Amino acid sequence: MSGSPQALAGIGVVEFGSYAAGPHVGKMLANFGATVVHVESFARPDGFRMQYPPYKDGKPGINGGGCFAYFNDSKLGVTLDLKNPHGRKLARELCAWGDIVIENMRPGVIGRLGLGYDALKADHPGLIMLSTCNMGQTGPRADTPGFGSQLTALAGICGLTGERGGPPTVLYGPYIDFIASTLGAVAVLAALERRRRSSSGAYIDLSQYEAGLLFLAGPLLEYHRSGRVAERSSNDDPHAAPHGAYRCASGGWIALSCWSDEEFGRLAAAIGRPEWPREARFRTLAGRKSAAAAIDSGIGAWTREREAAAAAALLQRAGVRAHPVNTMADLFTDPQLTFRRHWSRQRHPVIGEHSYCGPAFQLTETPGEVKSPAPLLGADNDRVFRGILGLSEADYASMREAGAFA
Amino acid sequence: MLKGVLVLDCTDRLGWLAGRLLADLGADVAKIEKPDAEIDTSDWRSLNLNKRLVRLDLGESAGRRELERLAAVADILLATFTPGTPQAALFDYARLSAVNPRLILVAITPFGLTGPKADWIASDLELMAAGGAMSLAGEPDGVPLRVSAPQSYAWAGAQAAVGALTALAARARTGRGQCVDVSAQAATIVALSHAPAFVDIEGTTPTRAGAFMTGRSVKGARFRVFWPCRDGFLNFILYGGVAGNRTNTQLVAWMRECGAPLGALSGIDPARWDPTLATQAEVDALEAPIAAFFSSITKREFLEQAHRREMLGYPVSTVADIAEDPQLAARGFWQDVAAAGGRLERHCGCFAVIDGERPALVSREDARADAPRAAELT
Repeated sequence: MSGSPQALAGIGVVEFGSYAAGPHVGKMLANFGATVVHVESFARPDGFRMQYPPYKDGKPGINGGGCFAYFNDSKLGVTLDLKNPHGRKLARELCAWGDIVIENMRPGVIGRLGLGYDALKADHPGLIMLSTCNMGQTGPRADTPGFGSQLTALAGICGLTGERGGPPTVLYGPYIDFIASTLGAVAVLAALERRRRSSSGAYIDLSQYEAGLLFLAGPLLEYHRSGRVAERSSNDDPHAAPHGAYRCASGGWIALSCWSDEEFGRLAAAIGRPEWPREARFRTLAGRKSAAAAIDSGIGAWTREREAAAAAALLQRAGVRAHPVNTMADLFTDPQLTFRRHWSRQRHPVIGEHSYCGPAFQLTETPGEVKSPAPLLGADNDRVFRGILGLSEADYASMREAGAFA
Repeated sequence: MLKGVLVLDCTDRLGWLAGRLLADLGADVAKIEKPDAEIDTSDWRSLNLNKRLVRLDLGESAGRRELERLAAVADILLATFTPGTPQAALFDYARLSAVNPRLILVAITPFGLTGPKADWIASDLELMAAGGAMSLAGEPDGVPLRVSAPQSYAWAGAQAAVGALTALAARARTGRGQCVDVSAQAATIVALSHAPAFVDIEGTTPTRAGAFMTGRSVKGARFRVFWPCRDGFLNFILYGGVAGNRTNTQLVAWMRECGAPLGALSGIDPARWDPTLATQAEVDALEAPIAAFFSSITKREFLEQAHRREMLGYPVSTVADIAEDPQLAARGFWQDVAAAGGRLERHCGCFAVIDGERPALVSREDARADAPRAAELT
């Protein structure tokens, strides 16, 4: 690490968020130096703590959940009972301290708690607030509750995944939530830039559904222009052949593709079929698509004899696009990800030493990093309420007595 | 929100979304394209909207000089390339920063600027493989699948926009730009949710489950996720818990109103049923009457009833269904932008509503016929 402060050092973030869509925004900001306070309560802990595996020793436990940990490293964890007036008062003070407030409750809920943007803006005109939910804050279905895993189907992405003519396919977890969290981070960072120039805050209403559609902007425009309805098409691509995944030795798979006659020639030479490019049926993209079965069986015969990693390295040296189909386990041994230190080991007080996911990008001068393991429920109450908000010992004790931290 | 931020966008398909997101939030984005580059595809048009088009041949010294001149006044330069190629030399950070120390260079590459695979080449398919996403999609015994429309490019572009703005925040304090090294492989890992945590904490490796959900019943039952309906498919799962039990209760009520046979559903209390204790035979028996009922209704009927009844579940939309969704129309998501020949093209609007308004898209169609003088950018 260089001695310079991180990019977002000094930025305070308060999260009234749970599950993925809110907390993942805070994680990205925390990894680049923001001070992020994740607010829960003992009555209503973040649903990712107890509702989804994996758990330490396979048993659900409030502080042993790997799913919660994965999205909440590098943050401070506090508890506030938002149904308690003292809890709400401290929540407002926390928001007055923060630069950014993130919430992903159902529309209207945060407002009923007295923590809506209009109320908070009154004490803090420069506040940036992100509300992220299924459908957005307005519209006829604004109040729809929903899971990101199912919203991924409404947004067209599941329907575009699967074998041609087969059923749609599940994408792992709440896929669309991470599109929304990434775009949410873009929006709050843009709002920070505006605030530096004009000192005005911002209210960002993010619909996870709409954010997801940006990942299908091309097929949606194509429909509006020509009426063509995109369909799931196995691993095919209209502009490449071959283009698919092939079984390798030891149960592995390799993905590879050829996007020009030259690339096909290089592949053919590399797999010991130098005669292929001279055959009339393989000479054009259209020809290779018609003869896909013959090509696929030739490639498959070659890959089946080889380990995926060795086959991919050989093909890359020959100038062919190829990569092993990494399993979740492979991601921890992939030499490129290891080189980038993508996974960061941290010692969690309950889970023990385990891995956290690093940023997708690095900054050369002010690098991002996983700074600390995910907080235990309420672990940082002292540090935040006494240290950051400056409550006296007596006030802190009386707030506790009044149930503010329950 | 990004008014006055000048972005030079030298990306290919891998990075297009980054500039589109910045442009939607008000940045002035100049898209650099070769004189003969194809710009009429739906992918190009949808992801380069809101940018101005500047035709430059970076293979010629005049084009390269012009790029350097623009880089001298830009805030952010977005570029895609493979490290070690001649193209990469155009985007050498040390040289660019000597000319403009405030410049933020966002290098979007398949695997990152350095490392054992830095010079590997990849399209969406290989990136979805490298990022682990393919291992999680497809039938359990079948071929690992990608999404049929490229997703890794979008993950890379979106994370590049986060990186560009994070560096902009750092510059506000230091006055200096820096290089943002975006790995498309690492960006794709964001799509996996917490699947990697199973390896780390349990020593298990999540894999693909086709059209079913597993891992919820202690008796090993699998639950149907996708159901054929009259005009396509629905996404519906027999969940437990508060939300699941409300959903199941409402479904049974809805089936009753329609006179649909309840079969095994009549033998359970849908407000209490616990999927974690269900055997496969029980799940199959419960799913049979639901499957028969769903086959008689349309996607739109399901969407409307599920909303009215506060049920979890959504239709599996096609792009045509999405285009007709009243929720999107009510929020002004679609924006009609002038295109060639006086046509209007309907695009996805800005991804967020800011201070109660969705920032308007700007047609840069005027820039097509006669690329603006680069001087206009300064």
